Amino acid sequence: MTDLLLVLPVLIPMSTGILTLLAWRRRRLQRGLSLAGAAGLLAAGVALFAEVSGPGILSSQIGGWPAPFGITFVADLFSAVMVLVAGLVGFTVALYSLTSIDPILESFGYHPLYHFLLMGVSGAFLTGDLFNLYVWFEVMLVSSFVLMALGGGRRRTDGAVKYVTLNLLSSTLFLVALGILYGLAGTLNMADLAGKFAQVSASQPVGVLRMLPMLFLIAFGIKAAAFPLFFWLPASYHTPPIAISALFAGLLTKVGVYALIRVFSLIFVGDTAYTHTLILVIAGLTMVTGVFGAISQNEFRRILSFHIVSQIGYMIMGLGLGTPLGLAAAVFYIAHHIFVKTNLFLISGVVQRLGGTLDLRKLGGLYATRPVVAGLFLVPALSLAGVPPLSGFFAKLGLVQAGVADGRYLIVAVSLAVSLLTLYSMTKIWNEAFWKKAPEAGAREGARPDADLRAPLVPVALLAAVTVVVGLAAGPVFGVAERAGAQLAHPAGYIEAVLGGGSR
Amino acid sequence: MAFVIGGLFAAGIYMMLRRSLVKLLIGLALLTQSVNLLIFDAAQLVRARIPIVPEGEHALLPPYADPLPQAFILTAIVISFGVTSFAVALAYRALRTVGTDDLDRIGETELS
Repeated sequence: MTDLLLVLPVLIPMSTGILTLLAWRRRRLQRGLSLAGAAGLLAAGVALFAEVSGPGILSSQIGGWPAPFGITFVADLFSAVMVLVAGLVGFTVALYSLTSIDPILESFGYHPLYHFLLMGVSGAFLTGDLFNLYVWFEVMLVSSFVLMALGGGRRRTDGAVKYVTLNLLSSTLFLVALGILYGLAGTLNMADLAGKFAQVSASQPVGVLRMLPMLFLIAFGIKAAAFPLFFWLPASYHTPPIAISALFAGLLTKVGVYALIRVFSLIFVGDTAYTHTLILVIAGLTMVTGVFGAISQNEFRRILSFHIVSQIGYMIMGLGLGTPLGLAAAVFYIAHHIFVKTNLFLISGVVQRLGGTLDLRKLGGLYATRPVVAGLFLVPALSLAGVPPLSGFFAKLGLVQAGVADGRYLIVAVSLAVSLLTLYSMTKIWNEAFWKKAPEAGAREGARPDADLRAPLVPVALLAAVTVVVGLAAGPVFGVAERAGAQLAHPAGYIEAVLGGGSR
Repeated sequence: MAFVIGGLFAAGIYMMLRRSLVKLLIGLALLTQSVNLLIFDAAQLVRARIPIVPEGEHALLPPYADPLPQAFILTAIVISFGVTSFAVALAYRALRTVGTDDLDRIGETELS
């Protein structure tokens, strides 16, 4: 039963993808299947989370070979939380895309690709083997490449070229790191590596030992869009259709962050004075450059894209601190960020439908005409900036506490300053798009100020509700994050779950 | 072997830094090939026995050819084949829509 539970988050999107492929020409059937599949993934996420939060870490060896040889699937609390959030985002974005996606894109295979992407994401969260992580990354990337380029058009092609090139480069570097690591340790099973790498470290020159974590840091850093490797993200995320960029913004970079946290809390823990300090520096620079990039932009989705970069900084800051509390705050932050950011992108889609554009200079007056949309924007925007009592406040509070407890005052100061600047640029969107008077109303072509928004606002309201609930119930939710952080900081339980009993 | 890998890497990166989209693709293809060789080399090339547990033993005897890296490389080749073919299709699409394969000119859309 536990074995089934572990593979379900991969199996459900895969079968949904195949079924939607079979229903290629029947659009209504495809839509129904797609929504059902996404709901199934969410249900599987909930079930997995319930199972993992009880007895502890689950692991399963597919094919029945014992641990370092078989194909390992593991779910500790961190993975389970990630799968749960991915399911939530997958479901809401699927719901949103039913009302917004261009029928032409649907006929080019939007639904199958969507589910193969989700399969790659949950596979990456659950795998216990570095090489399989690479394969899941590729599953995810190939689907995202096609989604990014779908439908063509000059801007979209331009964005896709950058996106594809940099992600391929990062995959290549990841593969290089894998090759060298295998040459050193003779295994790529993450739990097995945790022990073997420490043994090998004793006999290797320090240069090799530092180069390997750095290769992983660069490879995952490109995927996670950390400083100084984030350029591809703001250059490409504003080009695809809203539903697609919402999904990308929510999930893809976070898979990179997940991989960083997994690798640097499990395998490369010997030389923390070097690696984790570097990660902290990167975290600070990522926050600052991201937020300044956001301030200088004037387009709704570009501002949001730069904010992704700056938020990634907070997540890596939790990792860089390396304490259980820091890791817990990072877990909380990632979960919070995924649904808040997805929500903001979905709202940008609603705004685009109302105003016909996303250029802030040409928008305005939406508060007067559409107070509900404005209110729904305010919830995730304030949450992102960290205003209590929303989820973002508790995520930042956890990080600041962890930083102070560890005596890293500089990074704490940077993170607080950046969160003020975040608030500033959210206010800018608010002022420009919602508050100020509309510039010569109705002049924009494609603007549909009287559009019926009930359907697209359902997923937005759903995610906003999640934000509020997580904020109000921060105690228990943070408790879960703390246990996840403790599991990450003390990987012995993880290693034993994989190598010890095998499948239970 | 190390020189071959290094050379391929250098050539790949050089090609990627050119402005032409087609050369970028060639660079990517070269990079993936050199990585495959690197995995092959990192797992130590030895003249050794086939990895089959002999009768009467319980584990492999030390000088055996490790089959795992070859499985990695095979997977990596398949993936890179798929990805490269997608990239070629994308480049063709870019050529058709933009009418140039000069990356700087494609990027001009960014400014407008």
